[in-house]
Amino acid sequence: MADGLAVRNRHLPGDIAVWFFIFAELAVFGIMFIGFGVARSMDPATFSAGREALHPWTGLVNTIGLITASYFVALAVHRFRDHRAGTAGLLWWAVAASSIYTFGKVWEYAQLYSNGYNLGTDAFFMFYFFLTFFHFMHVVLGQIILVVLAVKVKKGEYTGDDMNGMESGASYWHMVDLVWLVLFPMLYVLA
Amino acid sequence: MKYESQRVAMPYFIFALVLFAGQILFGLILGLQYVVGDFLFPEIPFNVARMVHTNLLIVWLLFGFMGATYYMVPEEAQTELHSPLLAWILFWVFAAAGTLTILGYLFVDYATLADVTLNKLLPTMGREFLEQPTITKIGIAVVVVAFLYNIAMTALKGRKTVVNIVLITGLVGLAVLWLFSFYNPSNLTTDKYFWWFVVHLWVEGVWELIMGAILAYVLIKLTGVDREVIEKWLYLIIAMALISGIIGTGHHFFYIGPPEYWLWLGSVFSAIEPLPFFMMVVFAFNMINRRRRNHPNKAATLWAMGTTVMAFLGAGVWGFLHTLAPVNYYTHGSQITAAHGHMAFYGAYVMIVLTIISYAVPIMRGRPYGNSNTAQIVEMWGFWLMTISMVFITLFLTGAGVLQVWLQRIPESGSAMSFMAGQDQIAIFYWMRLVAGCFFMAGLVVYLGSFFIKGQAGPAEEVRGAVPSPEEA
Repeated sequence: MADGLAVRNRHLPGDIAVWFFIFAELAVFGIMFIGFGVARSMDPATFSAGREALHPWTGLVNTIGLITASYFVALAVHRFRDHRAGTAGLLWWAVAASSIYTFGKVWEYAQLYSNGYNLGTDAFFMFYFFLTFFHFMHVVLGQIILVVLAVKVKKGEYTGDDMNGMESGASYWHMVDLVWLVLFPMLYVLA
Repeated sequence: MKYESQRVAMPYFIFALVLFAGQILFGLILGLQYVVGDFLFPEIPFNVARMVHTNLLIVWLLFGFMGATYYMVPEEAQTELHSPLLAWILFWVFAAAGTLTILGYLFVDYATLADVTLNKLLPTMGREFLEQPTITKIGIAVVVVAFLYNIAMTALKGRKTVVNIVLITGLVGLAVLWLFSFYNPSNLTTDKYFWWFVVHLWVEGVWELIMGAILAYVLIKLTGVDREVIEKWLYLIIAMALISGIIGTGHHFFYIGPPEYWLWLGSVFSAIEPLPFFMMVVFAFNMINRRRRNHPNKAATLWAMGTTVMAFLGAGVWGFLHTLAPVNYYTHGSQITAAHGHMAFYGAYVMIVLTIISYAVPIMRGRPYGNSNTAQIVEMWGFWLMTISMVFITLFLTGAGVLQVWLQRIPESGSAMSFMAGQDQIAIFYWMRLVAGCFFMAGLVVYLGSFFIKGQAGPAEEVRGAVPSPEEA
């Protein structure tokens, strides 16, 4: 029993390939975060002015949307592993919760754009638009993955005995969530 | 070789190697012109020789890619080529157009060439690497579209494999991005901006897909490792290549006019660009370590390993050297760029084409397990001579570039050396590069000589487990 537990703990959730992918994605974001820090240290005034132009409440609502989605995804993985019903439903709930983020973000872009801010405004907004849009695209990809998982579970193409597909998708989703948990305080609070 | 129509790859490979020899000859002429400025003037001025050197490279690599595709796609799809006749017609059309264009460069002055080819109706000439007359450009587009039709029809009627899908995606990308060569805005900044859509997105985008697919195919054949394992690696590598390479285009947009944010985007994403090349190294060596047979074609195995290492060094490391915007501020357009360009093209694309040639040509010549031991040893001498020479060419150009930046770029305004005075100071590096270039030519002669040695190798020796049957492989 103890051995079985140890094996289970050492098990890498999902496919090794998706972990390479996650590592590479985190490397790109990591380098951008360092770049952000360096650029901010060279011109703190521009960065604080930029932060003040943002809408902190939207940022917070978006964060709650994404965290809630992650909660549903985690629940779905556990339920699926235990061969219990309702996995697909939880994945759809995750898509719905993360849509709070996607709609919120689009609204925010529209607001900023109509107030005259864009990628070329200054260094802060270059980082803001690029990082958040790059992340936004990841969220959309993550939502597509969740929909694919939900459909496959519903059709019975996955079984709880082979967790590879489910865990790979969930790992990717949590990476997207994790990146936002750095982005939110960095752009909306600390800048 | 399982399908008779794969044999149509042969003329493509032969013509590619002929053009390769021409490219190296013009490389030597250029190398000498760097230090003896009026060598062959006025018959072959420097700008013409350079145009011939770079255009021959691009065209012979395209011949190599097409040959590789004609060889690989039918075997992967497990069906005969849709139309071998079309492949032969396209070969002659492309070969004639390519030859006429090169002869045009050499025997007609460029302005006259532009006139007689009616460039003024749709002006596209006069840009580095895209010097081809508009009619040649249209010809390339037509040939590539017809080629893609032939390949798509073949792939669609047969087995769909990841290798074929990635290869064809790369080729479609190549064709689509070529269309930007017809867009020639009068504003120099926008011109350069879209010019890179062809040049960068070819070599650091879709060509990497083609390279990855050829490498995966050769490794499947040489090592007998399960297709599923190799396909997973291929997906990862191309995902990384596209994630880093597309926005990585930004590293060409430094200080030439596009918005400032490219300094950040170009730096960050191109800093990731070495990763897919590094993964190719790990991939090739890993698959060869896990091999289930000792393939008797040792030369092809050497090329497959060599291309990943040299591509990583040339494209990855030498690219990274000058890709960050603050560094590129000083090194932009110096000999460091030339050093990177030489090793990257040789490592990634010359060597991958020579890899598939090394694997496929013996089979097409009726030597299913590869050339005789003697021929392989000679070929491997060619490999080492060319590869080591290229390392030295790169090192000498890097030396030239560093000194050039130090004399010409770093000093504050007023005290910086002029361009030509700087060139005199770095002449010693150019001489050494020329010597290395002569060794490269010697290596090429040895390599080409290996094709004339008779005899063939014996069957593969299994090392572990069962080797997949031809249907599985």
